[in-house]
Amino acid sequence: MSGSSLEVRAGVCVRTPGAAMPVSLLWAVDVYGRVYSLSTAGQQWEHCRDALMEFKRVTAAQQCCWGIACDNNIYLNVHASDLSIRYQEETYENQRWNPVDGFSDRLLPSDRWQWSDITGLQHQPLDSFRLPSGSWEWEGDWFIDENFEGEPTEKGQGWTYSIDFPATYTKDKKWNSCVRRRRWLRYRRYKATDTWAKIPSQQSTLPDPFSDISCGGWELSEEPRGRLSLWAVSLQGKVWFREGIHHHNPEGSLWEEVSLPGEVVQISCGPGDLVWAVLWEGQLIVREGIGRDCPKGSSWVVVDSPSPDVGAIHVAVGMNVVWALTKDNKVWFRRGVNSHNPCGSGWINMVGEMLMISVGLNDQVWGIGCEDRAVYFRQGVTSSELSGKTWRVINVPRDGERSHSSASASSLQSAGCYFCGEVRGQSVASDVESDTEKGSTDGATGLVASDYPESLDAPADQTSDGPKPLIPKVTSDSFISELVSDRDSAKTAPSVLPEEDDVPGDGEVTAPSSGAALPQSQSGGPHDPQWSNVDLEEAQILQVQTGLVPESSDTCSLSSVATYTLAMEDQYGADEHPLWAWVSGGGCSVDTHSQLHWFNCSMNSSSLVQSVQSMSLSVSPAQTAAWRKQILEQLSERSKREMDNFRHYEQAIEQSVWVKKGCMQWWRDWKPHKWIDVQFALEQFTGPEGNKDGILFIYYNFCEEKKYLHAFINEITILVPVLNEAKHTFAVYTPERTKQRWPIRLAAATEQEMHDWLALLSVSCCDSRKIQGPPSKQAVWSITCKGDIFVSEPSPALEAMPYPTPCDQMFWRQVGGHLRVVECNSVGVVWGIGYDHTAWVYSGGYGGGFFQGLASSTDNIYTHTDVKSVYIYENQRWNPVTGYTSRGLPTDRYMWSDASGLHERTKTNTKPPSPQWTWVSDWAIDYGVSGGTDREGWQYAADFPASYHGYKTMKDFVRRRRWARKCKLTTTGPWQEIPPISLSDVTILPCATQSSSGVDVVPLWAISNKGDVLCRLGVTALTPAGTSWLHVGTDQPFKSISIGAASQVWAIAKDGSAFYRGSVSPQSPAGDSWYHIPSPAKQKLKQVSVGRTSVYAVDENGNLWYRQGVAPSYPQGSSWEHISNNVRKVSVGPLDQVWIIADKVQGSHGLSCGTVCHRLAVQPLTPKGQSWDYGIGGGWDHVTVRGNSMEPPRFRLPVLSQSVLQVKDVAVNGNAT
Amino acid sequence: MADDKDVLRDVWFGRIPTCFTLNQDEVTEREAEPYYLLLPRVSYLTLVTDKVKKHFLKVMKAEDVGEIWFEYEGTPLKWHYPIGVLFDLHAFNTVLPWSITVHFKNFPDQDLLHCSSNSVVEAHFMSSIKEADALKHKSQVINDMQKKDHKQLWMGLQNDKFDQFWAMNRKLMEYSTEEEGFRYIPFRIYQTMSDRPFIQKQFRPVSPEGKVHTLGILLKEMYPAAIPNEGEQKRYQAVIHGIEPLLETPLQWLSEHLSHPDNFLHICIIPVPTD
Repeated sequence: MSGSSLEVRAGVCVRTPGAAMPVSLLWAVDVYGRVYSLSTAGQQWEHCRDALMEFKRVTAAQQCCWGIACDNNIYLNVHASDLSIRYQEETYENQRWNPVDGFSDRLLPSDRWQWSDITGLQHQPLDSFRLPSGSWEWEGDWFIDENFEGEPTEKGQGWTYSIDFPATYTKDKKWNSCVRRRRWLRYRRYKATDTWAKIPSQQSTLPDPFSDISCGGWELSEEPRGRLSLWAVSLQGKVWFREGIHHHNPEGSLWEEVSLPGEVVQISCGPGDLVWAVLWEGQLIVREGIGRDCPKGSSWVVVDSPSPDVGAIHVAVGMNVVWALTKDNKVWFRRGVNSHNPCGSGWINMVGEMLMISVGLNDQVWGIGCEDRAVYFRQGVTSSELSGKTWRVINVPRDGERSHSSASASSLQSAGCYFCGEVRGQSVASDVESDTEKGSTDGATGLVASDYPESLDAPADQTSDGPKPLIPKVTSDSFISELVSDRDSAKTAPSVLPEEDDVPGDGEVTAPSSGAALPQSQSGGPHDPQWSNVDLEEAQILQVQTGLVPESSDTCSLSSVATYTLAMEDQYGADEHPLWAWVSGGGCSVDTHSQLHWFNCSMNSSSLVQSVQSMSLSVSPAQTAAWRKQILEQLSERSKREMDNFRHYEQAIEQSVWVKKGCMQWWRDWKPHKWIDVQFALEQFTGPEGNKDGILFIYYNFCEEKKYLHAFINEITILVPVLNEAKHTFAVYTPERTKQRWPIRLAAATEQEMHDWLALLSVSCCDSRKIQGPPSKQAVWSITCKGDIFVSEPSPALEAMPYPTPCDQMFWRQVGGHLRVVECNSVGVVWGIGYDHTAWVYSGGYGGGFFQGLASSTDNIYTHTDVKSVYIYENQRWNPVTGYTSRGLPTDRYMWSDASGLHERTKTNTKPPSPQWTWVSDWAIDYGVSGGTDREGWQYAADFPASYHGYKTMKDFVRRRRWARKCKLTTTGPWQEIPPISLSDVTILPCATQSSSGVDVVPLWAISNKGDVLCRLGVTALTPAGTSWLHVGTDQPFKSISIGAASQVWAIAKDGSAFYRGSVSPQSPAGDSWYHIPSPAKQKLKQVSVGRTSVYAVDENGNLWYRQGVAPSYPQGSSWEHISNNVRKVSVGPLDQVWIIADKVQGSHGLSCGTVCHRLAVQPLTPKGQSWDYGIGGGWDHVTVRGNSMEPPRFRLPVLSQSVLQVKDVAVNGNAT
Repeated sequence: MADDKDVLRDVWFGRIPTCFTLNQDEVTEREAEPYYLLLPRVSYLTLVTDKVKKHFLKVMKAEDVGEIWFEYEGTPLKWHYPIGVLFDLHAFNTVLPWSITVHFKNFPDQDLLHCSSNSVVEAHFMSSIKEADALKHKSQVINDMQKKDHKQLWMGLQNDKFDQFWAMNRKLMEYSTEEEGFRYIPFRIYQTMSDRPFIQKQFRPVSPEGKVHTLGILLKEMYPAAIPNEGEQKRYQAVIHGIEPLLETPLQWLSEHLSHPDNFLHICIIPVPTD
């Protein structure tokens, strides 16, 4: 039993690490109260078996799902994540000095508590801390925080000293230090993930149970992280708001009643600021005043029902949409709804008849059909067409319908002892614990039911218990209420039996309160003739219809089937499809690019498998198909047969030069620089050795004279697309042009034309260099500031001494995708991080993006998305009459501008970075600006331009605030997403030698975008995505991490201090503890990179530091040595080679920022090298050489001179230090 | 790992070693040597036989030269079928090189279309592509292309430039992610035993129920005899580009990868050799 439930849980948990696609869930409840989820990547409804009782409703967010169970309690299912929910409790121990005892806990009467919070006002002894609910557990005991502001305290005791309370504290004890305090920490962890945990009810304030819930509001604010709004409706029509739900408090803290203009039957809360509810009388009410500071809103506005005669019965809201149903099941769409006008302007009648509707992420819509109770998906909903196009039925089997082996097992089991299942006992136990009242009413009902005359069509609510008569207010729910809320109907089933005298016993058995206490043998032994009769009959029906009796809801399905068998057989016959009661898309992320496999699966499992395979014709499954293999084999046989013996025959068509021409614009080389029209031609030919080559010609007019510029294809080192809103341009570099920092810049007429040319030129360049297929494991990866990804094949001489390949000769080719960080190692494990912090793993393909057709592999190319924000600033000046206004001085900057203030940027004229990006949100005030903001997002300063602060003073005459708007790129590339944890940095152990087996575990560490340190388990060359995260505890957030070849892990905290992780080894992949490493004087470090032995770090002022004195016995080293300035990023490789992104590199035509540079003369004995060699730039943001473990060819020097050389090296080294 | 791109290359660079001999009835000044050539499977006879023509004209008087045509074992070869189709249909399972007889007189008007110049081939080729795109995309892709794009397709074929051709042709092979494939699969089924030139009907890559159509399903529908019944000896081979794909091969994939440059999937049904 426990084994199988574990297995199920693994199946239900969507966050299967290494899953290829970003996966999210659609939740639904069927009419029997069983909870199912359907993954966006999945093809079947997964039964949520750990729902120990029947549910009426669910409402989902991406991280969790809330539900109302049949006991009318609210349950929360937080999806498990490798990054656990961990809350840090803290309290302060305060002491005062006196001449007798020294420092002691004897404080003055006027002093604070001996144990207090940080302010000193709250008394907080260690034992006053309690776990908030049974879903939490302590992670360990209290401990002292030994560090203070990133520095270790004296003797690690954690004391900080001050003259008096309250004051500023320092870690140094001074002569006038009269008081001291230290911080105690303890972590508690939320343990009830991936299971339905009951939210403790507040009996005193909640007289009646809940009938509807809706969660949303996560777009309102990012602070606190993971904040949610949860609205609930009680059976008496009251509305409640759950306070205090956020990441660290998933259950929320308490219910607050919201005053109402009437009785509410149903409510819907969108991801943003929309909340609508339906009144009992059929009108709708809209919550106003919802905002970042007031998620609960302030008042209601009434909106009339869409139809004057028929009242509304259901409403569903999204970010910018409202859908409603009237009592005649008609579907309505509300026009003109947005943040500023939450009421919208008018109703439009839509096609279809629905029982309920749910609006999910991206305003996507699901509904339950009135006729067939199937789940429908609204197809074609886009930001420009919010009402979508058509309803499409989601036609996938439920998990039980395919697993026949388990089905037969469980139905056998249930046939034997139908009412005695342990599951049932558990489910009862769980709700009995607090609900004695309910237990007793149910017990009473049981007796009533047993007396009830036998009839199949008895309305369920006649048999129902106390609160029941209120339920049918919501018709869409009534069906399930009838069935689920009760075992009453279960009691009607046995009533068909001839033996009347057995019925009371049955009533007792099914009554929840007694069911738990009943011994199994008594309730359902096989010797009990009546029961076995019913059971077999039911089991047969069930087998025909679903092939499975789900064990957790046996009683329920028995009752339902007993009641509804006839109707269902009539309507649907043997090929039954599930009847749904409720659906929630709040956690389901679907957009126009999503490829869903929800619509084509038939119930027949064999045809399902077939269609699954063929759905993905152009991706991997096809690659391995037998038919494909056969075609490849036959083609190669054909070539042998028809061509091998006839190679000497003449070719029918002679190869010739092929010229492709076009018109472009060229940024001319001479001043004044400007775009001029040119003819552009690529001549391709086959060279003497059969190699392909070509020449690029640019024909232009100079003083009415025709001239041309040319570049040999085999000299081109990189083609860089430079898309902006004005022009579709790209840059062509050769080594010479790289030295000059002046590429050939060309502009095509359209984006498509530019992409065609780039793809063609790229293929030519690769052909001429005989580069094809995916990048090698040794490849050097880099990323531009536009997020474009480039890769270069290192020559063996790249790290050679004394004559390495100049780095401006490296050939870079583009790879599809959009990333901010890429890291690799020499066994071919490559990870990337997007601007939206999504983690990606390289799939082994090449091409993607605009490299379609020949320049791209067919397999291993996946949809790739990224989201980033565009910022504009609203600027205001104060004047004595009107205060702050948007009327500035004539000399002022634009009132709407970019960060510099030099360019006007209004909300309407600001466009996404390039046509490939589309807006995915509206403009919103950005409160996360460095320096802080006031409540309205303003930052104040004395004048433009100046440094801003987040509060107003007398001297401030100007203020500004930042607006952000998110835009999204959807492209393709050889990357697969690794959900769900967002990352800010990642590092992979650089292996010195290529491992041959491909199964060796590769250590990989990362920093989450919240600053958690993570260690990835299960990463190998064959499974580069790994399996799961191991959370490595820290007392402060981190921002950079690097692991060296000998498992040396170095990390930088957000406060700029460095740490070394001790005892990391294959046996202990996460190590044991952090050692603080002092930063270089007065510098805050920002990034670190560790190679074979070398440790380099970059600080926030652009200085590059080398760690001196690192030795195997003393891995922390002794001091930082300054190497260079103007460094933005460093990458140290497995050969200890050092590459950086440098700023301010001089070229013949000007300075360039963001240039890839290579440290020269780095040798085992001179790890710091001597000088820089400049490569491609500017505009580069990131480079990693951690895959290049190719030892340079060694010069065979005579033994004597070699030793001389070594001596010389030592001498140089000695001088330097 | 071999990629589907390799299939495209293999298909494009398929060559049939051919021995051209002059028809014995032609009047020659001296004996004509046979001419050996590697013919691209995906091209057209009249497009790639300039050298052959030149070779034989050397031994003939100008007044004896009519329009050139080709014949294999008594069958006039239709130049407007791709070369590979002609070979698979008439000469599959025979000894290589393929022996073609060259004629300069008695043009069989009933059997063959006249081909005065390459522009006739071009017109035929382009009309095939357009027809195929009408089936695949309601002509949307081909109509969106410019004249020079059309030219690039043609020049790619004419000059045997795989890259040039496919840089453009890939657009014809795309379909939106919402669909499961082309609207209809452009295909033609040829057989030697029938008077009908070929079978061509509208056929979708996926059934209305979402079932993927395979080569087997297509043949069953179009030419049931091509598929042996249970326990029966196989009587026919379905040959595409000189190979026999498995019947479970999805049609959409075949259309994308084994179509000729004219964008049609040409399938030859030939009897299994009896020996």
